[in-house]
Amino acid sequence: MASGFTWDFIVGHLNYWMFIVLMMTGFYIVVARGNLVKKIAGLNIFQTSVFMLYISIGKVTGGTAPIFPADMNIDPETVYSNPVPHVLILTAIVVGVATTALGLALIVRIREEYDTIEEDVILEAERKIAAKENRAYGDAMGGRA
Amino acid sequence: MRHHLILRVITKLLVGPIMLFALYVQFHGDFSPGGGFQAGVIFAVAFILYGIVFGLHKVQHVFPPWLVHKMMALGALIYAGTGVVSLFLNHTYLDYSALAHHPEHGQHYGIFAVELGVGVTVSAVMVAIYYAFAARPPRLSDEEW
Amino acid sequence: MSAGSATATLTLAQHLPVLQVVVPLLAAPLCVLLGSRKLVWPLAFIASAITFLIATLLLMKVLDGSVISYHIGGWAPPLGIEYRIDAANAFVLFLVSGISTIVLLYAREYVAAIIPPASQLLFYACFLLCLTGLLGVAATGDAFNTFVFLEISSLSTYVLIAMGAGRDKRALTAAFDYLIMGTIGATFFVIGIGLLYMATGTLNMADLSDRISDMGDNRTVRAAFAFIVVGMGLKVAIYPLHLWLPNAYTHAPSVVTAFLAATATKVAIYVLMRFMFSVFQPGFVFETYTLEFVILPFAILAMFAASIVAVFQTNLKRMLAYSSIAQIGYMLLGISFITKTGLTAAIIHLFNHGITKGALFMAVGAYVLRTGNSFLDRLEGLGKAMPWTSAAFVIGGLSLIGVPGTAGFISKWVLITAAIEKGWWLVAVLIVASSLLAVIYIWKVIEVLYMREVPDGAHHQEVPGSMLVPIWILALSSIYFGFDTSLTMSAANTAADSLLSGF
Repeated sequence: MASGFTWDFIVGHLNYWMFIVLMMTGFYIVVARGNLVKKIAGLNIFQTSVFMLYISIGKVTGGTAPIFPADMNIDPETVYSNPVPHVLILTAIVVGVATTALGLALIVRIREEYDTIEEDVILEAERKIAAKENRAYGDAMGGRA
Repeated sequence: MRHHLILRVITKLLVGPIMLFALYVQFHGDFSPGGGFQAGVIFAVAFILYGIVFGLHKVQHVFPPWLVHKMMALGALIYAGTGVVSLFLNHTYLDYSALAHHPEHGQHYGIFAVELGVGVTVSAVMVAIYYAFAARPPRLSDEEW
Repeated sequence: MSAGSATATLTLAQHLPVLQVVVPLLAAPLCVLLGSRKLVWPLAFIASAITFLIATLLLMKVLDGSVISYHIGGWAPPLGIEYRIDAANAFVLFLVSGISTIVLLYAREYVAAIIPPASQLLFYACFLLCLTGLLGVAATGDAFNTFVFLEISSLSTYVLIAMGAGRDKRALTAAFDYLIMGTIGATFFVIGIGLLYMATGTLNMADLSDRISDMGDNRTVRAAFAFIVVGMGLKVAIYPLHLWLPNAYTHAPSVVTAFLAATATKVAIYVLMRFMFSVFQPGFVFETYTLEFVILPFAILAMFAASIVAVFQTNLKRMLAYSSIAQIGYMLLGISFITKTGLTAAIIHLFNHGITKGALFMAVGAYVLRTGNSFLDRLEGLGKAMPWTSAAFVIGGLSLIGVPGTAGFISKWVLITAAIEKGWWLVAVLIVASSLLAVIYIWKVIEVLYMREVPDGAHHQEVPGSMLVPIWILALSSIYFGFDTSLTMSAANTAADSLLSGF
């Protein structure tokens, strides 16, 4: 494998390199950004990279869209791309939309309760609640709430 | 929005064609790219556009939230129910061949029913997402922008 | 190929694998469509009871080691989606549907008291969707279908957790954190499946297994394995990937916590086992290394670290959440032995711990309902005020520790046997040592419940019978399965066999 790192190999797998770049970009945003909306955006980029991976898998060199002609005269010479990954990813896209919607809905509720969507401010607020609980319940029990 | 005359007129003109186009995508999905997902979103766009221009209150008068909820459930029920019908007709779950004498016709009907269910659910879900976000009390009133 | 031309008469019994999933799937939208708060609970309960009945029938059918295959839409595998029931997933289906039925029995009073009336319909709909997802994950024999059902159950889980926001706003951030982590996990999982599809061109698990063993080791398959293990690991809450779990369990409504703790992580472990032992064969060297040098140390770390953290908690719910992470360590330990006994131990612990934790969290829910929260100093003297709940809690606690005569003992016994069989005496000693940590935190609770005076002015009543009955069903069954191990042991044995034999 190691000897296969030729120019052709690198350029020929451009899709897959882009998949890795997108995946890592999205993942980095999810981990590093404190703003909850940006986290969701990062999550979207992360998921989009997977869509790209699947679509790349479905590509057949010289293949055309896998739709039979209306008169059903199928030329056996025709090469079709693999439709299965497309269908799979259609499902994954819907799942992604649902996740995004739910995440944003949670953010709206979080902003109503905490009055912010910055993670560090929320954590600070939660730390205060936990400290209050500690004073109320923890001290008597010799532990942390 | 009282003063944006052009927006209001154009919106009123557009809502009808958008819905019609949604129905076209829905029912033509058998023969060309399209189907329930796309049609559902396009159908919802008509309501969302109406809501953006004329206000949430007006659009909820036309398409009340309780109806949105029922439609979400109804679509899912149509989808799952279609599969169950084939159970009773001595076929496996979601085997649409059961739905008519000729298996191919049965598959047409089956896909039609399932896509209808998908369309109903997707349009309702999209409108529900819009309502859920738009119904939140805004931080800035329109004048402060 | 399509169009069940070959279908002879199909009886209802042959449809059981799919009905299992379809019944709650149909009931969920019906809950919303009916729109009546009076009817929604009976509907949800009946749907869940039917799935339990179906799961029992399926388990009885496959206990002899046979396999039921159901072709969705009449498309034969490997092209079509196949539902494949063998002893391993029938046992998980049995656990999930049983727990959900019992939890729903408990939920009627609890939900009426805790969840705002406007959300109650949606609560039951989400609950049923979550059940659908979990059952679907267990029943399906198609790798991508697993992902879809996984997301159905996860998305409804996030909503269920966020419903704790009426009591504590931290439920929202807990749900959000879980959403981020869970989505990353699911996406990793789907990347892994994509890589497998790239290497083999199939999604059917049985077919995948054949083709991977034909192909031998290669880099794509290794990467797929790594992605699937890490992705599922997030859902399982393997020790360093557990960070979402304590907050989610603590701030979710107790009825949700009881359901999730007893089922969601268990189903994820089942998927992990299915992929590790059936799809990838244990002969796959990379896997052996992963299990021995990654999963095993982390499992032992979880057993100790999480138990020690649990000892210092003052919130009972959070304590039990950390204890869950420790218990997941035991199951992973059993898996990492890569022997039949080890796998049997993992499966039997999966079942026994499900029952035990279900009983414990439901008892905690009863305390929360009466005292307002689950901090330990609120529970002072409740052993006298709420004798039935507290007695059930003690039984659950004993089973969690693994006292002889309880279900927990059986699974730890099998686990230790597996360790000794492998010659790993040190591991066997560590299992016993970490069980002693459980004694500490359970004793802490018992001491508060029974040996403290009731604070002045506090006056608490026992919870109504409709909540006590389900708690006691699980508490008694955790004793029952400690004495009569014929069902659990034979099911776990057959399950381990069918997992190890591939397809």
